[in-house]
Amino acid sequence: MAAPRVIVVGAGPAGTRAAEVLVAAGLRPVVIDEAADNGGQIYRRQPAGFRRRAEELYGTEAGRARAVHGAFSALRGRIEHWPQSLAWQLRDGTLQVERGGRAHRLDFDRIILATGATDRLLPIPGWTVPGTFSLGAAQIALKAQACAIGRRVIFLGSGPLLYLVAAQYVKAGAQVAAVLDTAPAAARRAALPLMAVRPSLLIKGAALLWRLKRAGVPVHHGVAPLRIEGDSRVSGLVFRDAAGREQRLEGDAVGMGWHLRAESQLADLAGCTFAFDEVSRQWLPRIDADGRSSVDGVYLAGDGVRLAGADAAELGGKLAARAVLQDLGLPPPAGIDAEQLRRSLARMERFRQGLAVAFPWPGDIIAKLSDDTLVCRCEAITAGTLRRSATALEAPEMNRAKAFTRVGMGRCQGRFCGIAGAEILAAARGEPMQAAGRIRSAAPVKPLAVAIEVETP
Amino acid sequence: MAAVNQSDVLILGGGMMGAATAFFLRQRGVSVTLLERGLCGQQASGVNFGNVRRQGRFLPQLPLANRSRLLWSRLPELLGEDVEFLPTGHLRVAYRPEHLAMMEEYRDGSRNYGLELEIIGGNAARDRYPWLSQEVLGGSFSVEDGHANPRLVAPAFARAAKRDGARIVENCDVVAIECEATGFRLESAGGEVWRAPVLQVSAGAWGGRIAASFGEAVPIIARGPQMGVTEPVPYALHPVLGVTTKTVGEVVYLRQVTRGNIVFGGTGHGPADLDTRRAKVMPEITLQQFSQLRRMVPAIGALRIIRTWSGVEGYLRDDRPVMGPSGKVSGLFYAFGFCGHGFQLGPGVGEVMAELIATGSTTTPLAPFHIGRFA
Repeated sequence: MAAPRVIVVGAGPAGTRAAEVLVAAGLRPVVIDEAADNGGQIYRRQPAGFRRRAEELYGTEAGRARAVHGAFSALRGRIEHWPQSLAWQLRDGTLQVERGGRAHRLDFDRIILATGATDRLLPIPGWTVPGTFSLGAAQIALKAQACAIGRRVIFLGSGPLLYLVAAQYVKAGAQVAAVLDTAPAAARRAALPLMAVRPSLLIKGAALLWRLKRAGVPVHHGVAPLRIEGDSRVSGLVFRDAAGREQRLEGDAVGMGWHLRAESQLADLAGCTFAFDEVSRQWLPRIDADGRSSVDGVYLAGDGVRLAGADAAELGGKLAARAVLQDLGLPPPAGIDAEQLRRSLARMERFRQGLAVAFPWPGDIIAKLSDDTLVCRCEAITAGTLRRSATALEAPEMNRAKAFTRVGMGRCQGRFCGIAGAEILAAARGEPMQAAGRIRSAAPVKPLAVAIEVETP
Repeated sequence: MAAVNQSDVLILGGGMMGAATAFFLRQRGVSVTLLERGLCGQQASGVNFGNVRRQGRFLPQLPLANRSRLLWSRLPELLGEDVEFLPTGHLRVAYRPEHLAMMEEYRDGSRNYGLELEIIGGNAARDRYPWLSQEVLGGSFSVEDGHANPRLVAPAFARAAKRDGARIVENCDVVAIECEATGFRLESAGGEVWRAPVLQVSAGAWGGRIAASFGEAVPIIARGPQMGVTEPVPYALHPVLGVTTKTVGEVVYLRQVTRGNIVFGGTGHGPADLDTRRAKVMPEITLQQFSQLRRMVPAIGALRIIRTWSGVEGYLRDDRPVMGPSGKVSGLFYAFGFCGHGFQLGPGVGEVMAELIATGSTTTPLAPFHIGRFA
């Protein structure tokens, strides 16, 4: 009997740990990833020829980065690694992949989707002015290109990544004009009981704040962003501070983000059931404690489903791979205590809930955006157009609004405007955000070249 | 206690055919209620290619298509909104001499129906459209055809009908249809009841089930168009493009919207499911479309696609719709199963069905589409 074919999509912390467990059980999984090398977004490897130490690249997470990289290196030769490959469609036991300009059709018995997340963004007037980046992109610039997004950078958003990236910029020698957090200071105190389950992370957070303070970076809590200014380049940002005063900051770049948005398109194409997650205020694929989706043979791990961070992703990857082995009728992997992994994940889940309390998603700010604010960057759809689709055109949810207005119909397929769009649509109809639904995924997951070569069977 | 709702006409199905019929019935002052299971224009009417094309149609269908074409120009005035109709012209190309001959034969036939087509040679076509490939032997150009945005048309008809006094009931799942002495009685899953002496079934691919319940089974199957769209690029491909061929795998059709994206489809259909109401895009068909797109317009090879989609369409065995009065039940009318080419016909179907229902006859010949042809 041929060995079962198992595919892992994503070579970040979740995908790496999943592949490790599968290999230990004697399987040879195919590991598919869009990047040139493993590590995912968080432990992204620097390009060949760059010689910076892990401590410079990953800071406090250097040890974990080394461990994940080491684990992946140990798998080489025992997995089929497909780097720079785009998994663009998944259905009925078949994954469609583009690699090196060629189309590949991969049939599988089981698939683990460890597809990670991107920044969750909210539109504010001027957010398309050149020089505005997501926090993730600001970090990639440092890690992969060894450059900063500007000389004097304003960081805006909420969540741990906001402070981490700002501190990394300080360390790299960039001038950080300010850190603007939309969360009120009081929110963090309210979240302490939940977040106390992971004291080491609280200490890391405090250390980041201290580093910013020592560098003289002003940190504002409870801000409302009003607009990013500039024509061909960012020149500054205007915000209202917690006391209600309007302030303007000079800067030539803005890095912004509000936690993460799960990359769940493949799970959607596979037909997985989704549920609205009140904690992260977004729709996520539903899984059991170990990562089994509602579709037989499809498993999920990491930030593409749990949004609990990189170390939770490692645990989720192990659990999902263990579930695959169990469902294939193979012996359980040695050295994996599933109960303990589930308990650890549950603790991380409480911390995630704490983070959501401490750094809440500012849906109220989005609902109040002026009509002329651009929401969908790809198709240039404004908040006003979206509101009109909800009222005059009676669109009850995002897919109908998309059909009428082209919101979320462009290159990014709603990945970056979908959540904010749902807030605006729901608010215009006087309903909670989840009533606006979510934009259904369509293949290809990312743009696909018409010139792709097709192998003739 | 269930409410009872009475009108002159009940329409079952809020796609383009049902919504347009409701609109034109109101123009004639007839009271009408339209019941739609989901939202108007969500199925075949909303997911199709958007072709406002007459050339290539079954010739006896041209009177209906011509009548519809006149309405397309008047839609902004009739509906009070823009549905992105652009009379850009429609060009069908041929790659082989025998297909060019088919085009010439069609041109000679269509002239009798008032459709003037221009046959042009490959070099002349490339002079006019420099982006056409060397493989194009020639083409047939229909100057007054064009394209429109299918996502907008049926909902716009429904809104206009509603403004004019039609009752449009969405999210209404009809679970029982009965004939009574005075007409038809429809009941929804929510227990609401509607009555009218006249019923029009315009339920697309689902129409076959309803016709069968009246003892008029038709050979209809559900299939899904295989659609895709590229990233936007500067507006250059003005006419809608298609291919004349006898090989399904060579069929590709495309149009560029002024926004810049190129919408395409062809080379086959995918499966569609009447119960889940979903249709699949087959990745192998998408990839096959790529080679046919490059074959006709090589420059498209430099682009990327950003989205694919499908939807549930109803196809009759003889590739013609079911349209006209029932052969068995008085007061019952059909307009469904437009076999993937109903978009252009939509406004005309609405006007003709309204005329037929309101006056008992129509000046547009419908005999080839009568349900009795399968009896």
